[in-house]
Amino acid sequence: MRPMERTTAGPDLVPRYSHGERLTHWGVAVAYVALFCSGLAMFHPYFWWLSALFGGGPLMRVIHPFLGATFAILFYAYALRLVRDNLFLPSDRRWLAAMGRYMNKVGEEIPVEGKYNAGQKLMYWSMFVVIALLLVSGLLIWRPYFAPGVSVPLRRFASVVHAAMAFVMFVGIGVHIYAAYWTKGSMRAMTRGTVTRAWARFHHPGWYAKVAGKDAP
Amino acid sequence: MALSLDVTRRSASITSAPKVRETLEVAKLIDVSRCIGCKACQVACMEWNDIRDDVGRNLGVYDNPIDLTDRSWTVMRFHEEELPDRGLQWLIVKDGCLHCEDPGCLRACPAPGAIVQYSNGIVDFQQDQCIGCGYCQSGCPFNIPRYSIKDDKAYKCTLCSDRVAVGLEPACIKSCPTQALSFGSKEDMKELAGDRIAELKERGFEKASVYDPAGVGGTHVVYVLPHGDPALYRLPRDPHVSPLVALWRGGVAKSLGVLTMIAVVVAGIFHYMKVGPMEVDEHDERRRP
Repeated sequence: MRPMERTTAGPDLVPRYSHGERLTHWGVAVAYVALFCSGLAMFHPYFWWLSALFGGGPLMRVIHPFLGATFAILFYAYALRLVRDNLFLPSDRRWLAAMGRYMNKVGEEIPVEGKYNAGQKLMYWSMFVVIALLLVSGLLIWRPYFAPGVSVPLRRFASVVHAAMAFVMFVGIGVHIYAAYWTKGSMRAMTRGTVTRAWARFHHPGWYAKVAGKDAP
Repeated sequence: MALSLDVTRRSASITSAPKVRETLEVAKLIDVSRCIGCKACQVACMEWNDIRDDVGRNLGVYDNPIDLTDRSWTVMRFHEEELPDRGLQWLIVKDGCLHCEDPGCLRACPAPGAIVQYSNGIVDFQQDQCIGCGYCQSGCPFNIPRYSIKDDKAYKCTLCSDRVAVGLEPACIKSCPTQALSFGSKEDMKELAGDRIAELKERGFEKASVYDPAGVGGTHVVYVLPHGDPALYRLPRDPHVSPLVALWRGGVAKSLGVLTMIAVVVAGIFHYMKVGPMEVDEHDERRRP
């Protein structure tokens, strides 16, 4: 964890994400939106108009896989830094069991031990896997670089995987964005880089104790 | 180029294509038993379409070019087959687009109007609309579409849609010296195929068959196969649009995808309305405000 001294955060703020982490996150986010829009245009003719955002169909088709590769590189560069914080702990099972009550704001949340709660960890690992599948299936159907060397049956299979995973990803990202919006005070972690002490104490008491040290108020 | 009035199916289009005018369904008949492998049809194809392929390499077989390309839309394939009852047979198959009634390429294509089917049954690529994704190759059960490295567009036999639109027969038909190729209404071609089969059977080709596969709704290029089994001619026995392609490009997947998107948004709005935001009291000193 990054020590308190290295931040410009005020006394009531706790650093959560570094400049590099935030920049990478938003790079991934922008790439994702562009990938989703261009992918959707190719998935369903109703959304074909989105191709205009990319300079028309042919250019969009060229851009999409390059964006995808960039997205995957950025995502894994970022995600690999977070592996340790996303390993499951014994308390995660209890947190998940009580997740429904937490989401409906009835009853207590099981105290979170680490930097992330079990829901965030599940999201992390599902994206970790889904993006790997999107990357591999996408490479297999990437014309003109890889697809010509791939058998047609495998390309068919890869296309189905690619489309299905894109929708799993949409659901995942939808939950991710909503959770960030719903949990007031968490958006600033990814914009300003800091959260309030009260937020940290409330949502991630274990992590807070570690970063704030013994002198934590 | 046929008229837009004659377009009855259009790739990646939700609403109906023009349906008012109905034209005669056409077909090309390829009688393999009459083909001598002269490649006049290949020459006629490049002549009429005014496209020249690169000079290839001699690989020790008669096939030249060795495969279909973006500039060779039809290729004679020479297969040597040892048949138990007839000994060595030289089977010459004119390969190219079969113009399926239910074209997998058209179903797979994500670019609106890049693949069309005319009311006469011809399936045509509109290269100016093509985005170069390669889905038509995934959709095709016959391995026909080929991409150009110059422009990333897909190409294949047009069945001379431009000639047929003005009442001419395709260029390959005109050039065939042995009447291995015929062209006319689908009905007439089926009848002619029936006559040829009867003739072949009389000559001892008991297994002779017509290749007009039902799995793709029938084709607008029909073969007469003297030895019957399509596999001998490297044609799929029961071609159909792959179930994976049907799943991936079908209405169910598309509707499910859109419904999923709507469901996520609705669920978020509903949850926020019902439960309200998760807020932290900044001034409370307890862990749980």
